[in-house]
Amino acid sequence: MANSQAVIDRKDLDALFTLLTEEGYQVIGPRAEDGAILYAPVSGPDDLPRGMGDEEEGGHYRLSNRNDAQLFGHTKAVQGLKAHLYPARQKLWSAEKAGHGFRVVKDSSPQPRYAFIGVRACELAAMVIQDKVFEGGPYTDKGYAERRKNSFIAVVTCNHAGNACFCASQKTGPDVSEGFDLKLAEILDGSRHVFLAEAGSEKGRAVLERLPKQVAEEGDKNAAAAQIDAAAKGQKRAMIAGVADLLAANLESPHWEDVAKRCMSCGNCTMVCPTCFCSTVEDTTDLSGLKAERSRKWDSCFSIDYSYIHGGSVRNTGASRYRQWMTHKLSHWVKQFGHSGCVGCGRCIIWCPVGIDITAEAKAIGKGA
Amino acid sequence: MNVAMQAQADPMDIRPFRIEKIRKELADSFTMELVPEGGGSFSFKPGQFNMLYTFGAGEVPISISGDPSDTSKIVHTIRRVGAVTQAIGNLSEGMAVGIRGPFGKPWPVEEAFGSDLVILAGGLGLAPLRPAIYMALANRHRFGKVVLLYGSRSPSEILFPKELEKWRGRFDTKVRVTVDRAEPGWGGHVGVVTKLVKGAGFDPMHTVAFVCGPEIMMRYGIQALEGAGIDRSGIYVSMERNMKCGIGLCGHCQWGAPFVCKDGPVFRFDEVADAFTVREL
Amino acid sequence: MVQVDNLGRILEEHPFAEGLDQALKDVMIGCAANERFEAGQFLFREGGDAKKFYLIRSGVVAVEVHAPGRPPLMVETVGDGGVLGWSWLVPPHKWAFDARAQTLVRALSFDATCLTRKMESDPALGYQVMKRFVPVMAHRLHAARMQMFDLYGPAKKG
Repeated sequence: MANSQAVIDRKDLDALFTLLTEEGYQVIGPRAEDGAILYAPVSGPDDLPRGMGDEEEGGHYRLSNRNDAQLFGHTKAVQGLKAHLYPARQKLWSAEKAGHGFRVVKDSSPQPRYAFIGVRACELAAMVIQDKVFEGGPYTDKGYAERRKNSFIAVVTCNHAGNACFCASQKTGPDVSEGFDLKLAEILDGSRHVFLAEAGSEKGRAVLERLPKQVAEEGDKNAAAAQIDAAAKGQKRAMIAGVADLLAANLESPHWEDVAKRCMSCGNCTMVCPTCFCSTVEDTTDLSGLKAERSRKWDSCFSIDYSYIHGGSVRNTGASRYRQWMTHKLSHWVKQFGHSGCVGCGRCIIWCPVGIDITAEAKAIGKGA
Repeated sequence: MNVAMQAQADPMDIRPFRIEKIRKELADSFTMELVPEGGGSFSFKPGQFNMLYTFGAGEVPISISGDPSDTSKIVHTIRRVGAVTQAIGNLSEGMAVGIRGPFGKPWPVEEAFGSDLVILAGGLGLAPLRPAIYMALANRHRFGKVVLLYGSRSPSEILFPKELEKWRGRFDTKVRVTVDRAEPGWGGHVGVVTKLVKGAGFDPMHTVAFVCGPEIMMRYGIQALEGAGIDRSGIYVSMERNMKCGIGLCGHCQWGAPFVCKDGPVFRFDEVADAFTVREL
Repeated sequence: MVQVDNLGRILEEHPFAEGLDQALKDVMIGCAANERFEAGQFLFREGGDAKKFYLIRSGVVAVEVHAPGRPPLMVETVGDGGVLGWSWLVPPHKWAFDARAQTLVRALSFDATCLTRKMESDPALGYQVMKRFVPVMAHRLHAARMQMFDLYGPAKKG
């Protein structure tokens, strides 16, 4: 059945939050906090970053004032929704000494039910990529799978591009055609402030049905399409075509050394990347030595310990660690999971302290550096 | 279907095992026999590994060194090299460890039926190959020649010396052992393990080779096997990389595109030959 | 002639002879002798004149260095199908190590003076011999380098 569109007035947007909360969801949306847009719990439209914009560049990020009433006038939050679906630190189980052995108590607290509001195309694409990682192989991460299944996704499409954006070249945005429950486009025209809404799932249809709405006019549809067009055309960066094969053929390019001279191996790029999934486990005991705990936490391929095998680390040089990250993301990922691991959000560019630009590095390798 | 998935609902859950027997092997290594706490059995294929947990200290990947036809226990041969293996080495019989596994792709023993079988091992690399040797000898009539070539640093560092002697005593199996540094009283070969390949008496056109040992030893061992005429598609290697989850979800063991834990640790050489030549991959 | 026929057959059985042209084989047989060493017997001693080389037919020869106050250091062993000795090709033609039979050893030995004379007078034949020996020497050097790696120990930290 074709997805029918409707228009929700700005002043009726409260109802969406109320409805989702009633359905048992914890609503997560963009908030201006600590000088940045973050995904955090929101109780209604008043918590959203009204009139806020964001400046982004290599190694640069600032909030700005748009001087308008848009609720989603920013480009993207500092981090995608990875931290909610795959928490940075998670207890797996605890154990207690018992006789000569020990007894394991599994952490069985129920997984949260999140409703994400304001999800961008690149962020949704990142979720689909992580689905394949955590649920697409012979082994499944059960916690992720449950959180993901529980979640409600309300996309808000982009109406402009950030300076670091390159989703169009990665074919992950700016439009969204599937994978959402609800898709909204924010339209602000003078005093008229509405959301063009479309359901993408049964869950979404059930919610949309219960919201106060009007029939979508042709003008609203055209306005939403124009926004997406502007977001695509406004992108200043692009990933070069054929990068997967290019990198695979250049594992020993001298350019890796060139990047290593700038790269600080801080791992920021891996933390803000919405698809990076590497983790490690940490086993600890309390002071009595009678209780032990295992946690899983995010790890980064930029750390020396990451590749440690007895005797030493496989990747000792910064060049080899940057190569690992970039080739995994853009090349090996394709062999592992059938598509690129990069959604073109540009966060790795923004949050790199020295502004290393993955699109520029790919080009440099293409030129034979 | 993977054995681990039958036995364990969640591959991250650990299963408690009791240490039934500990045997010292070399100065820095030992073998443990583990039985499931509260009964049950354990099946695996030669070349697979377990994640072995000791209370509070953590978890390490350890290959299984026992007989795959014996499902009553797990046998692990472990070298004390890091904090976790030290902690495991300090445990005594009767104490418990946690097991996740078995994980990984096995040595293709059955696929090698009908061919000559060459097993080329170096140092502790004999441990992950021992289950394949047990299985090959239990199916001896299904192979042409069976040749075991083993290299060790010195005579006192030869792993499983009694079994090597026993296998050498079989008329249907050729066992050649060499050491890099001889000690007084050593009457065997001296020199690198690759030298054993020449004249080992297999038919290179119909041979499958399993190679396990330190990475440099494997690289040169493969050169010698290829030099003897074995095609690279008939050579299998077992790789080692950092593993935290064992199931391809944590990322640590990536070696180019393959995850060593789930796409390996046993690889057909022609499929990974390029990766061997890239530094720090 | 019976003697030469026998030696010819023995040479044929050795991997060294694989692919060797008949002219060279004939020359080699003319300089060859069949030898046997009991376990413990020396084939040659360090510093001695290197007037031969050996193709080992069976048994194991230990190449050793001795030093006062410690047991002889066994550098490597040469077994069935191996080639022992190249000092005959390298001035000043003195053996660099001791070679001791570790088991009963059967070998073909080749008289270096006899062979060198023929190689000098027929450089094409000399080149054939060198083409056979250079790989033997290269493999031995490669193996010696690998022995230096200490392949099997835990990697040294730092």
